[in-house]
Amino acid sequence: MRPVFHSTLVHGTRKRGVVEKMRNKSMDVSSHRQAVAFADNVYWIGVLDPTLRTFDIILRTANGTTYNAYLVKGSEGVAIIDTVKESFSDEFFARLESVADYKDIKVIVLNHLEPDHSGALPELMRRAPQAKLYISQRATSMLKALLKPSSEIAYTTVTTDDTVSLGDRTLRFLHTPFLHWPDTQCTYLEGQGILFSGDVFGCHYCDKRLFNDQVGDFRFSFDYYYAHIMRPFKSHVLDALKLIEPLKLNQIAPTHGPILRERPRRYVTHYRELSTSSLSTDINEQNQSLIVFYMSAYGNTAKMAEEIFEGASIDGVRVSLYDLEGGEVDPFVDLIEAADALVFGSPTINGDAVKPIWNLLSSLAVVNLKGKVGAAFGSYGWSGEAVRMIEDRMRGLKMRIPIQGLRIKLIPTTEELSDCHQFGENIAHALINPNQGSGVIEFSDIH
Amino acid sequence: MAKAKITFEDINQTVNVPAGTRVIEVSEKVGAGLIYGCREGDCGTCMMEVTEGWNNLTEPSVLEEKVLKENMAGRHNRLACQAQILGDCKVKPA
Ligand code: FES
Ligand SMILES: [Fe+2]
Ligand SMILES: [Fe+2]
Repeated sequence: MRPVFHSTLVHGTRKRGVVEKMRNKSMDVSSHRQAVAFADNVYWIGVLDPTLRTFDIILRTANGTTYNAYLVKGSEGVAIIDTVKESFSDEFFARLESVADYKDIKVIVLNHLEPDHSGALPELMRRAPQAKLYISQRATSMLKALLKPSSEIAYTTVTTDDTVSLGDRTLRFLHTPFLHWPDTQCTYLEGQGILFSGDVFGCHYCDKRLFNDQVGDFRFSFDYYYAHIMRPFKSHVLDALKLIEPLKLNQIAPTHGPILRERPRRYVTHYRELSTSSLSTDINEQNQSLIVFYMSAYGNTAKMAEEIFEGASIDGVRVSLYDLEGGEVDPFVDLIEAADALVFGSPTINGDAVKPIWNLLSSLAVVNLKGKVGAAFGSYGWSGEAVRMIEDRMRGLKMRIPIQGLRIKLIPTTEELSDCHQFGENIAHALINPNQGSGVIEFSDIH
Repeated sequence: MAKAKITFEDINQTVNVPAGTRVIEVSEKVGAGLIYGCREGDCGTCMMEVTEGWNNLTEPSVLEEKVLKENMAGRHNRLACQAQILGDCKVKPA
């Protein structure tokens, strides 16, 4: 089947690529290896990867993904923005060659150096040795690791408001670190108002129709991608939005999924909503939120939990108590993201904390817990390893553990229950007065 | 073994560590607000400010000096993934 727009490939007119007839129903980029023009002298030269089902091991991709790369032609040279996964290089180069000669490439931009976008870079630099590479400062160490040490590569590091000219058009850079790699930046084509946003505003969604107003329903993929890739970096998302929101945005061209040409600003607004806490205002903003999660085998850890709950309930701290037996992991993850302190209680069974605790603690990679206060407690029979194990996991999540965990053998006595009360109170105080020194801690206690 | 105290001013936490420990090893465990990229003295992400005890950290290597310069470091800045603690000091995120 020959799509209509192939008529633009008149014999003899070289390097025109495919002009994407606006809103053409027969759009199918999988049927050819041409570049696709989507604005004046701006082309998509990416690839489809429809069979991919998991990305980076952890991410599900129900219908595959795309690696989007872009080409911008100026009066004084060509810019390539991002490349593709190495195994897809052929198709990328074919699309590139359909609209430009390697000798005309003046600028190569990598918005971040993850292999799914830098895979074809070494070969591209070999084919276009005169081109200059533009990356963020933080990308330099990655670059060295990526390219063989033998090849001396020239690169220029850029940051917000640095520009590079292609003659009649200019690319401007936005420093947007940690979205989702430390070296992430976005590149903006002035005048035409196109934001080459890297993984930001991307999603793993593969569709040969390429544009957000043409493809199938990809909203789920967009939100899923945000939840797994961007959510741990919410505060950095907000910083980046401060740079992006003032821009005139005609199109957003991310490195995965549909090009957002129809009402692109909606996606920016959506990012802001997703990155802003939805915790309703009926909680006094000044209050700190502390959550006690527990799991009990014989009711002993539960008794401890209740006492800790009472002890922690001091002025300025809003305490919540949850039995993990009665809840699902996902909503708890949302709660945990919004909380200031987390206290986990588990009995020690067979020398380990119980599974529901681990299920929850292993689901927290998608939220940022850095600096939150953590504490652990539990009842035990023969040995009480669970408390220490939970503390170690919390440290791994970059939480701070100002109060050492509390273990009680079997059934708590009245005296031990008042220890629990005190334990809760101490955590609450450490939470509202982080400066009231918890004293000096020994490295060996946390190592 | 010789010990030294390092204080993370942003969370007001002091830790007693064996001399020679790298700042990164401690800061990660206590949840101080330092961030890391490469962890090998290359990217400059982990830049911190030393507010006290500048001379109680190991001298910066040539590579660290270079990365500090590239990242427009101030006079009291060091890379937390490189600096080793020799004596008492106080640090905070740069
Ligand atoms: S983490 Fe990269 S220089 Fe320290
Ligand atoms: Fe990425
Ligand atoms: Fe990516």
